Amino acid sequence: MPELTPLMCVKDLDIRFAGSSSSAVRGISFTVGRGEIVALVGESGSGKSATALALTGLLPGDAQVGGEARFDGTPLLPGNAAQRNAFRGRRVGMVFQDPAAALDPVFTIGWQLDETLRRHHPALDRKGRRDRAISLLEAVGIPEPADRLRRFPNQMSGGQLQRVVIALALAGEPDLLIADEPTTALDVTVQQGLLDLLWRLNRDRGMAILLITHDMGVVADLAQRVLVMRHGVIVETGDVREIFQAPRAAYTRALLAALPGRAGSATAQADISAPVLTVDGLRIAYSSGFGRRNEVVHGVSFDIHAGEFVGLVGESGSGKSTIGSCLLGLIASTAGRITFDGKDLGRRAPGDVAALRPQIGAVFQNPMGSLNPRLTIAESIAEPLRTHRRLDALALRRKVDRLIGNVQLPKGWRDRLPAELSGGQRQRVAIARALALDPLLLISDEPTSALDVSVQAEILDLLRQLQQETRFACLFISHDLAVVRQLCQRVVVLRAGVVVEADRTSRVLDAPQEPYTRNLVASAPLPDPQRQAEKRAVRLGLRREVFA
Amino acid sequence: MTETLSHSTGPRAAGGSLRRLLQDPFFVIGAAGLSVLLLLTLLAPWIAPFSPDEGDLFSIEAPPGDGHLLGTDEIGRDVFSRLLYGGQVSVLIGLSAVAVQLVIGISLGAIAGYFGGLADAIVMRLTEIVMCFPFYAIAITLAAIFGASVWNVILIIGILHWTGLARLVRGEFLSLRERDFVRAARSIGVSRTRIIFRHLLRNASGPILVYATLAVANGILAEAALSFLGLGVRQPQASWGNMLSAAQSMRVLSYQWWLWIPPGAAIVLMVLSINFLGEAFQRVLNRRPAAPVADLVSRRGWRARLPVTKGSENG
Repeated sequence: MPELTPLMCVKDLDIRFAGSSSSAVRGISFTVGRGEIVALVGESGSGKSATALALTGLLPGDAQVGGEARFDGTPLLPGNAAQRNAFRGRRVGMVFQDPAAALDPVFTIGWQLDETLRRHHPALDRKGRRDRAISLLEAVGIPEPADRLRRFPNQMSGGQLQRVVIALALAGEPDLLIADEPTTALDVTVQQGLLDLLWRLNRDRGMAILLITHDMGVVADLAQRVLVMRHGVIVETGDVREIFQAPRAAYTRALLAALPGRAGSATAQADISAPVLTVDGLRIAYSSGFGRRNEVVHGVSFDIHAGEFVGLVGESGSGKSTIGSCLLGLIASTAGRITFDGKDLGRRAPGDVAALRPQIGAVFQNPMGSLNPRLTIAESIAEPLRTHRRLDALALRRKVDRLIGNVQLPKGWRDRLPAELSGGQRQRVAIARALALDPLLLISDEPTSALDVSVQAEILDLLRQLQQETRFACLFISHDLAVVRQLCQRVVVLRAGVVVEADRTSRVLDAPQEPYTRNLVASAPLPDPQRQAEKRAVRLGLRREVFA
Repeated sequence: MTETLSHSTGPRAAGGSLRRLLQDPFFVIGAAGLSVLLLLTLLAPWIAPFSPDEGDLFSIEAPPGDGHLLGTDEIGRDVFSRLLYGGQVSVLIGLSAVAVQLVIGISLGAIAGYFGGLADAIVMRLTEIVMCFPFYAIAITLAAIFGASVWNVILIIGILHWTGLARLVRGEFLSLRERDFVRAARSIGVSRTRIIFRHLLRNASGPILVYATLAVANGILAEAALSFLGLGVRQPQASWGNMLSAAQSMRVLSYQWWLWIPPGAAIVLMVLSINFLGEAFQRVLNRRPAAPVADLVSRRGWRARLPVTKGSENG
């Protein structure tokens, strides 16, 4: 590796948001070398995104920023806005999390590229800019670039849009790319392509990358050096292999230990008797107006036995959440048969459905949205009991207290509002509410994907523990194969509304039969830099020596 | 486990918004102005020096002074006393008209927003039909048909002004309906009325409160306009609007300022105070995101766009 002279040099950076009593970032110092990929990792609230925004001068106007930052010897912080403006885009490129939000929906891709090129290369004429735009799109791996210039953002997929955003960032030929969670909103197979792209841009152009992420798999895949942040402070800095193999800080060790897939896999044995839920040839269509219907689930069949965790995995748009909503009675099916506890749960048996409904509990993804912000947590948990059980006030109170205790929250918290709880705590309340009626089946739709890994590990432990006590069956809808591997006995892989593969977890994830599943498994980044480098070498057909 | 519990908890939501309100200058000014006006009108029987209907034949159209604080009108009634009693009527009409609007607007908006589909289409077409009519044209017609009285004015304002509220409630419900806690409640099997009142309406209460506050101000203005035209509150009962109608005469407008400036000023102060309150509620209950990025709005930065010297070109 060549000698690295620092490109970006940050010293004692301190950020405080208006209306907050403490700093979000507390005096951190770090450097990014030329052509180096540095990952800034941390959980939500660690100050990693605030750092990126401060360096690019994109913090809200009322935030206080202290300390200094130099880019290639020129001060960015403290510095005047004009200076930062001159650097932004030209020598420092930026890529954000949501590509659909980063592009203007009413202009074509070509127009937006042209606008950026006009700003960065005033000397180029119209034709020159068009050629440049085409070569930029080519560089980020977009097929038929000349044709794509005429497209609008809504005509392209999320992964393609993120490539366009990267092309926009490359228009100024920056020396440093700041990428804030560039792949978090994307499916794993798409994420892999983008990480390969960033890796190539770094190798071929010598472009330094400051990668901000919470995903240790992405870090292992791309980073050369890692900065671990917590509560606004850098707790550990080191080479990527050091961080993963011999972490020094206790926090880094805890972070790595919390990663799913490192702990033992699922153990509980399922009852092989009659299944609790049988889904047979389920079809679901959404109405798209004027009598047209758009079918998203095309004849899906699977079953769940008592006391069993079944993972329903698939990428976005595969119909997995739609199936969950249908089982919860929120969406009607168009065809097929759902048998629950030996009774028909279809539309044709309305009498039974009302009685069966309390036997199915639900936990949803977004911890912010899953609880009514105006109800105390005791009221939220009591809701299913009030609806289906006739309990007097005292019995209700006792039952709610027991449920709060079951999800390991302090009893004194019964009168708190959701706003006073963290994401993980809210998800505990949601689990308590789902289990209030002792359901036979729990449907959990991505219950941990909005949570930090350490909190995710706690919630998964809690689910498993509660399952061992009450023996409910669980349909676990997820896109995260590592979590599914850890929790589920069986997996159903879904693609575009069709079951691709369904079998025991070990068989599907370790020896996938279908090419789609194989690709899905291979795309998921592992928290191991060595293995990721090997996988990339195989994928891109590189020689092994490069990584020796 | 212990780690989860030691996570810092967010600010107490309820206490926080009251404290923010008290720090907001708009709220303080609005609340102070409104309480002074309300106290004056509510305590009219004790404060007013004369009965509102009592004519003083010895001082007709007398200017302020000589026992009559704000002078007397054309049949010798004390303007100050009538102002205090008239305020009662104006406030009563403003509040009752909003109550009528709330009942109609929330019920129809809730039906449209929660059930969607055909119910939504019917309710929204009805709303659009009502909105088609220009307010004063239809209000004047109705007042002419049914006669001028306090209750008719309340009903007219209420029945013609609920549309904005219905659209607001519908919009809030449409977005809240898809939130996970509502989906969770539906999957549990919670009844519709319970979902509407407990989950949807409670969470839509912020925007509704803001709208209702501003609607009170609108109601007072509408009352004043109708009474000014002689189609609202009838003489001899006093209201700010019908006191203003004295200003229809050029003579009063030119020479007898005490007959029209006091009710006019009272309406302006009242409406302004209520709008200040509404603005404060808006800021606290429907919060906007943080301040804009300083770099992107700075004028200096725009002018002094320095040419960049690309230091050491590498690669």
